Amino acid sequence: MSIDLKQFHQAFFDESYEGLDSMEQSLLALSDEDETDPELINTIFRAAHSIKGGSATLGFGEIASFTHVLETLLDEVREGQRKLTAESIDLLLQSCDALRAMVHCLEQETPIDVNDSKPLLDAFEAMLNDSGQSAVSEPQQKEVQKNLDDSDATVISSAQDAITQTFFSGDDGEQNDDHGEKRWKIVFKPEPQILLTGNEPLRIFRELESMGDLEVHAHTDQVPNFDQITLDECFIHWTLFLTSNVDQDEIKSAFDWVLDECDLDITLSESGDDDTVDTDDNVNTETRLQQDHINLDNRGDEITAEDDYGESASDDLEFVRASASVVAAKVIPEKTTAKKPEPSAAKSTSAKAISESKAIADKKVTAPESAQSSTTSIRVGIDKVDNLINLVGELVITQSMLSELGNNFDLEKLERLSHGLEQLKQNTRELQENVMRIRMLPISFAFNRFPRMIRDLSNKTGKKVDLIMSGEQTELDKTVMEQIGDPLVHLVRNAIDHGLEMPEERRAAGKNETGKIHLNAEHKGGNIVIKISDDGRGMDPEKIRAKAVEKGVIDAEAELSVAEIYDLIFEPGFSTAAEVSDLSGRGVGMDVVRRNIKALGGRIEIDSEVGRGTKIYVHLPLTLAILDGQLVRVGREVYIIPLVAIVESLQIKSELVNRVSGNMVLYRLREDNVPIIPIHKEFNIQADNTALDNALLVVVEGEGCKIGLLVDDLLAQQQVVIKSLETNYKRVDGISGATILGDGSVALILDIPGIITNASRSRRRNVSPRAA
Amino acid sequence: MDAIIEVAEINRLDKNDISLEGIDFISGGNQYLTFRLCEEHYGVDILSVTEIRGWDEPTLIPNSPNYVKGVINLRGVIVPILDLRIRFQIGEASYTPTTVVIVLAVKNDRMKCTMGFVVDAVSDVLNANSQDIKSAPSFGGLVAPQYIQGLVNVGADVVTLLNVEQLLKLDDEGLHYE
Repeated sequence: MSIDLKQFHQAFFDESYEGLDSMEQSLLALSDEDETDPELINTIFRAAHSIKGGSATLGFGEIASFTHVLETLLDEVREGQRKLTAESIDLLLQSCDALRAMVHCLEQETPIDVNDSKPLLDAFEAMLNDSGQSAVSEPQQKEVQKNLDDSDATVISSAQDAITQTFFSGDDGEQNDDHGEKRWKIVFKPEPQILLTGNEPLRIFRELESMGDLEVHAHTDQVPNFDQITLDECFIHWTLFLTSNVDQDEIKSAFDWVLDECDLDITLSESGDDDTVDTDDNVNTETRLQQDHINLDNRGDEITAEDDYGESASDDLEFVRASASVVAAKVIPEKTTAKKPEPSAAKSTSAKAISESKAIADKKVTAPESAQSSTTSIRVGIDKVDNLINLVGELVITQSMLSELGNNFDLEKLERLSHGLEQLKQNTRELQENVMRIRMLPISFAFNRFPRMIRDLSNKTGKKVDLIMSGEQTELDKTVMEQIGDPLVHLVRNAIDHGLEMPEERRAAGKNETGKIHLNAEHKGGNIVIKISDDGRGMDPEKIRAKAVEKGVIDAEAELSVAEIYDLIFEPGFSTAAEVSDLSGRGVGMDVVRRNIKALGGRIEIDSEVGRGTKIYVHLPLTLAILDGQLVRVGREVYIIPLVAIVESLQIKSELVNRVSGNMVLYRLREDNVPIIPIHKEFNIQADNTALDNALLVVVEGEGCKIGLLVDDLLAQQQVVIKSLETNYKRVDGISGATILGDGSVALILDIPGIITNASRSRRRNVSPRAA
Repeated sequence: MDAIIEVAEINRLDKNDISLEGIDFISGGNQYLTFRLCEEHYGVDILSVTEIRGWDEPTLIPNSPNYVKGVINLRGVIVPILDLRIRFQIGEASYTPTTVVIVLAVKNDRMKCTMGFVVDAVSDVLNANSQDIKSAPSFGGLVAPQYIQGLVNVGADVVTLLNVEQLLKLDDEGLHYE
């Protein structure tokens, strides 16, 4: 047992998150349809099943037992014994959240909190309980009568277990750990082929022995006659009694490798009484117990009658019933899914397991989002990888051609050399593009969380919402994707909370009762543009303005364009608006949204029409790692201007230069007046040319306005790899990063929006003293 | 791995003539790389030194403090270069062929950072036990106290040991210390 299972943890976490995502999506799809699509149920079931299997293997008992209950329910649905009601879908969705929170806890290596998922489990158990009756007509009915007595006895004893345990364990959900030596009864029934997988029961027993006093009873009644015996099959099963102070998980861990291939039942045996009973009988009881699930359930009521624990036990009635029903439900997968590897890890049928599973934690909805963002692996389509391999192949060919040329070079080969270099350039570029593409994921990864969110929100608010998504296949860099998720959620939530009206209001306004939220993503230039539009009440610029004045965000006399007014809702001061008017809350957290988007090098725009709805555009760079840049020179320094920001480059004609309002220099660019900002002044460096006449001006656009940057020279255009300045230094105003040029030197990349804000700020600073 | 090796002893015979007894550099005490700023001797923990390189004209960072000379490309990583002489206001910042840059890196839970520091010359490696390190007198001096780990006497000279972690922190507070 020396293999370090830790190495598989990350893979398990990733797969679990993925499984939960697909579960959630299928559940949502189910809730939309009238007919139950068996394929969807299967998807959900598979996801739950593999999470359960994985968690059991890795020893995450809490998740395994929780998923087990889930799976039991799903299995009944799959078998057509149960219809999925809206209520149960809600429950399943909540359990997705709970599971996600648990996995997140494990990932963070924080202990799973014990109380939150309990109501969920209770609800599931209640639901399963009902189904116990509906699931009656299963094949083993004939055995039922015969075994009535036995099962009764077992149920009662397990009920007693449950009750005693509950009594002793108090509130902390940690059972038995403190009262020293316990006597565990372990029923171990391996499947015949267990030896084929290299597992040797003797070794397991040896390990158990190391935990405490072990007493082994072998049951040889199923061993066939000598002539029928198969050498590599195991016909023996065992009942073991372990006296030790270990807990159930530790015992279970001894069976880690064979969980899938055996029936394992670990119970805390009441010291003294049933040890003396013929063990054979006991085992049979256990086996039968699994078969006649119907009985168990029906017996639930009787147990209360019989139990001597009086009033205080009535609390535990539910407990007992639950335990009985879980046992009942467990039988179904076993019988129906024949040889499918049964993840029986959670199959400890004792009350202990159930009380344990009740003690599972749940951090509610807080965890999932952050959990998603911390996923560290990436899934890449095989076609992308194949493409890369092809390209690398070509690169190798080009390289060998070039080195062949270099071997004995003479001038005649010059043409072939330049041809080869051209090819190398082509190869490198393609390779680079393809490598970048690996990081690109369709934006549906970020969009997928919205159907669920909108469903929840519309339930909560009572608004009817129709979500339309388009352009989900638009690809976006993974890093950008991870960071855009939360801002998008915020924007969509705002659109529903504050944009859409209640159904009555909509009807009164002559609109369809169901509001529409449209999410769209598309490529535009070097950017991706995500549009979030609603057909709600829209925003009234006048009201925003009044509010902003009231809040002291702007001066009462300030003249603002409509766009500038909409921009106000992103101001930090605006977000504290009290919940009074129909605008309130629009600004809650919007400053954070804008900050996040800006941090990604993007920007956000709003377009709204009163009564018709609001459109929010989020512009984001496609990738954070590489950009097309224009190299410019100022004095001895080379700077890079992102190509997407450049409107045009021109030579200044002095007659088009105007000086206005003191010290501002404007350049007339057709109809626009563009302020000229000399980089050397902005950056406080030496430049060759400080006169405006005939100087080179690069007109750039950002933050919704244009400026002209005065440079000394325009150099090449090239793609540059963005390197962070902040890793070893700190943020520099006006600089978004650095890159390394072909000669190994460092060049800084200009942050155009930053420069524009800086410039306008310093201008305001210059203006304000005069005003004052 | 508790092999204790005889501590190599540095005998300072002359300013430029240092002889080592034995070549083992594994010692009980900590080792410090010492360097000169003008006429003063300073030392930094040798484990934080990643490399020593010659002076290359770095790329200017606009609107940065005067002691930040710019950034260089250190095998694909952008590393800022600071001039300690300007930062501590010691001597004159001239750039000659012997001017060197000591690249220091700190990587721990609190910070992960690499920076280059311009100094006049690298001197040698100093072994110092913790009891040899004395605290600095609290008066005078242009170097802010948080940068100073302690003083060590080496022969007739005093070496100021610098706290590398503080050195790499870019808080501007300590810089204009009077």
